[in-house]
Amino acid sequence: MKKHTTLLAGAIMLLAGMATAHAEDTIRFATEGAYPPFNERAADGSLKGFEIDLGMALCAKIKRACEFQAQDWDGMIPGLLANKYDGIFASMAITGERKKKIDFTNKYYQTGGVFVARKGAKLDTADKALGGKVIGTIPGVTQCYLEKAYPQATVRVYETADSLYLDLESGRVDAILSDAIGVDFGLLKTERGKDMKFVSEIYTDLECFGEGVGIGMRKEDSGLRDQFNKAIAELRADGTYDTIMKKYFQYDIYGK
Amino acid sequence: MSLTEFSENYAPVDFMLVAQHWSLFLLGLRNTLILLTGPLVLSCLFAVPLALIRANRVPVANPIIFAYTYLFRGTPLLVQLYLLYYGAAQFSLIRDTFLWTVLREAWWCAFISFTLCSTAYITEILRGAIETVPKGEIEAAKACGMSPSTRTRRIILPNAFRRALPAFSNEVIFTLHSTVLASTVTIIDILGAARLFNNKYYLAFDGFIVAALLYMTLVYTINRGFKFWEGKWHRHLSRERTT
Repeated sequence: MKKHTTLLAGAIMLLAGMATAHAEDTIRFATEGAYPPFNERAADGSLKGFEIDLGMALCAKIKRACEFQAQDWDGMIPGLLANKYDGIFASMAITGERKKKIDFTNKYYQTGGVFVARKGAKLDTADKALGGKVIGTIPGVTQCYLEKAYPQATVRVYETADSLYLDLESGRVDAILSDAIGVDFGLLKTERGKDMKFVSEIYTDLECFGEGVGIGMRKEDSGLRDQFNKAIAELRADGTYDTIMKKYFQYDIYGK
Repeated sequence: MSLTEFSENYAPVDFMLVAQHWSLFLLGLRNTLILLTGPLVLSCLFAVPLALIRANRVPVANPIIFAYTYLFRGTPLLVQLYLLYYGAAQFSLIRDTFLWTVLREAWWCAFISFTLCSTAYITEILRGAIETVPKGEIEAAKACGMSPSTRTRRIILPNAFRRALPAFSNEVIFTLHSTVLASTVTIIDILGAARLFNNKYYLAFDGFIVAALLYMTLVYTINRGFKFWEGKWHRHLSRERTT
């Protein structure tokens, strides 16, 4: 009995040791895994996409080991603050509202919101209620813009972009307001998006869409943030960024 | 220090912020209540004939109903809801028929799958209660010359209802807990309201605490209601009165 207790205590200490070493050595990034082509799950369940490639390249630049873990969009910022991971690498826009809670690196790409609907469908974007049509979106920048610009619209909020696209296809929602690059590559350029198209201009309202997409970090990790800022600039300069970008996109997503 | 300041900086939950969004939580409460009572009332209505068929081993119908209850009790409700909500939407066969006018709405998908699931559970609860009605009571009813239908109506069902009541009260609470699944298909129930609230202010758990309090209040009310009901129906079993 006593021997077992000792063994158990040893095992616990070993585990605890591993956990602390883990936190010191490896930078843990959280991503959603449901936002192709930025982050999605491969057939074997592992995470892949533009952000995973870029994240690994950044870590190679600053010579640190990194790993990605999946996290629901819902608890993204609270999870960072609770130390479940060290960075949010999940297409999170840098907005004033979020900056109150966390810090961001400089942007690594920039995007805006756009309405997407079935070809032939009409959406009156001048109407504050959007003609009573049912509009789908996901929490975050696009939901913020819908509430700001179309307070009277009928809005359904989905948990992931995947389920949002599914319900646009099935017709449960008449149109969606989505991140322009995300929906272009995640839906319109795929087989299931062949009947869909942009039905509005691309909105880049600063209050909601912010100044681009950056890595979310805890405020106290400013040293690491500066390292990443430097690494982003270096990857931009030495062409690594462009190589990774061209793997996924046919046009420049960095913006000006 | 103002109340708002205290709430923002010191309280475990920013209750002033919650109070500002009372209408959101009220909407959630309303939707949860509808999704609890609607399917439960329907389930109770369906379960009585189904349980009688099961208990009386009616040929053909009994195995079909057994298969139904086995299927719906054997799979998680979340899987059933997803199959109905996302699965059915994939078939143009369904999308082109009148079925789609119903299944298009997340509301009806949740309503239908909750009803099907609790009907399966309540049917089995009631079947068990019917099968264990004391033989003596049935024989006495027969001796009085009651026809099978009178026997069922006057002796078997009242007795079965009485004894199914504690299990049924549990089932009601479980059904309340499973209504949270509605929030996974865009319906704003109590949990959905909590999620929206958390997302809006990037909070980890504040909305969930409000949700937990609301659910606890509901369960408390349900428990009190059943206590009262059991007091009426089980008066002959109470111990205090015999002394």
